[in-house]
Amino acid sequence: MNWWIALNGIVVREVLRFVHQRERFLGALVRPLIWLFVFAAGFRAALGIAIIPPYPTYIPYEVYIVPGLVGMVQLFNGMQGSLSMVYDREMGSMRVLLTSPLPRGFLLFARLLAGVVVSILQVYGFLLVVALYGVELPAWAPLTVLPALALNGLMLGALGMLLASTIRQLENFAGVMNFVVFPLFFLSSALYPLYRMQEAGEALYLLCRLNPFTHGVELVRFALYGQVSGEALAVVLGATALFLAGAIQRYSPARGMAGKAGAAAG
Amino acid sequence: MGALSVEDLGYTHASGRKALDGVSFSVAPGQFTALLGPNGAGKSTLFALATGLLSPQAGHIRVHGHDLARTPGPALARLGVVFQQPTLDLDLSVAQNLRYFAALHGIPRREADRRIEAELTRLDLFGRRDETVRALNGGHRRRAEIARALLHRPALLLLDEPTVGLDLPTRRTLIGHVHALCAHDGIAVLWATHLIEEIDPATDRVVVLHRGTVRAAGPVAEVNRAAGAATVTETFDRLTAEAAA
Repeated sequence: MNWWIALNGIVVREVLRFVHQRERFLGALVRPLIWLFVFAAGFRAALGIAIIPPYPTYIPYEVYIVPGLVGMVQLFNGMQGSLSMVYDREMGSMRVLLTSPLPRGFLLFARLLAGVVVSILQVYGFLLVVALYGVELPAWAPLTVLPALALNGLMLGALGMLLASTIRQLENFAGVMNFVVFPLFFLSSALYPLYRMQEAGEALYLLCRLNPFTHGVELVRFALYGQVSGEALAVVLGATALFLAGAIQRYSPARGMAGKAGAAAG
Repeated sequence: MGALSVEDLGYTHASGRKALDGVSFSVAPGQFTALLGPNGAGKSTLFALATGLLSPQAGHIRVHGHDLARTPGPALARLGVVFQQPTLDLDLSVAQNLRYFAALHGIPRREADRRIEAELTRLDLFGRRDETVRALNGGHRRRAEIARALLHRPALLLLDEPTVGLDLPTRRTLIGHVHALCAHDGIAVLWATHLIEEIDPATDRVVVLHRGTVRAAGPVAEVNRAAGAATVTETFDRLTAEAAA
């Protein structure tokens, strides 16, 4: 009962904070929409896509790119949220969170989950614009994609927290963009089907296949069509468990302090 | 059993600097204890340890008999904290901030609202419960944080320099309120400060921390006598000057 009350409170706070930060919501929407409106429009002519599952027929590029952009929304949200949990920006609120008598692992998990709820709200905002723009998705897609969004969000949030707790150099967001977000995004099936990557080179293809973000995107892609990709599900579940365990074990609330001292000294 | 008992506490930072060494003292229910020390005395490290932010490398911290390192759950359940840095969500209302905290302690919504009303009323803030924290001044924000720290009815309240940046009347109000908590509710208070005038020599106790060790601890009169000084200020100057030389 206490756990449920606490989880509920943590999620409600995160959603309230999100509702009050309209710029954050707009930022989260603008990024993938630029890709959809501009990049996809220009790229459509250059890239033809063969019939590949889960698509039953030829699809315009805008349809292909939607799951990748959903992944992008969750990737940014996960990285931003997790970084602020580890570094001093939210030191105060993390200290308050950790004065709860509930186990620290549960509190961190609940905090990650609250971030996932916010990322799902952002994704729904994005999907609404996508539908208005005229990209066709199955009517049930918003419903069937929900479990995939929850899993993908959790995986990316946990990954962000693990990386931020492990690598000090990730303290600023530029570092995260260059060394985490861009590689994860471009070395994935978000923008192009992997058979295209294979044509470009086996090494690149292998990297894409090893990238957990690829499997997150594929999980979302299949779920939008009411299908489950067994391979993607297995990889995402495994990666989520691994990242979560690592993130919770390595998380130190004192890191914000140590980070600042380290930065001052170095 | 003390509300807070610190035994032989030691902590050395990764840089090799010894922050605390053999620190022992206790705070009994209903006692207001001021933790005095110049900058760098180890107060921040002590607070980080007492709130579970850091883990002690030597010694123990017990809250109401529960070891903070071994059984953090029951210890944290009896501990209320007002951090030095502001920790309220600025865009949320006072009530939303307090409800969030109550949820962290597993207090159901209805009971939480009842306690929020009681605590905010005591601090004369209930009328402003639906305003965002951003709209409050520094003194009101601090009051809201004190109200928040009391929602789960802690046995021990830790406050880390809670009056920094506040004007004199606001400081007096806060000090008065916290003293009343000790007197009427039997809450034990550890109040870190470097403002000696915040101490009431008639009722309070002090712990003087300097360079990571306890230089004196006890009721103000006793500590003054032992140091051969007439006032807390004089005691403080003597105890923190000798080693600094």
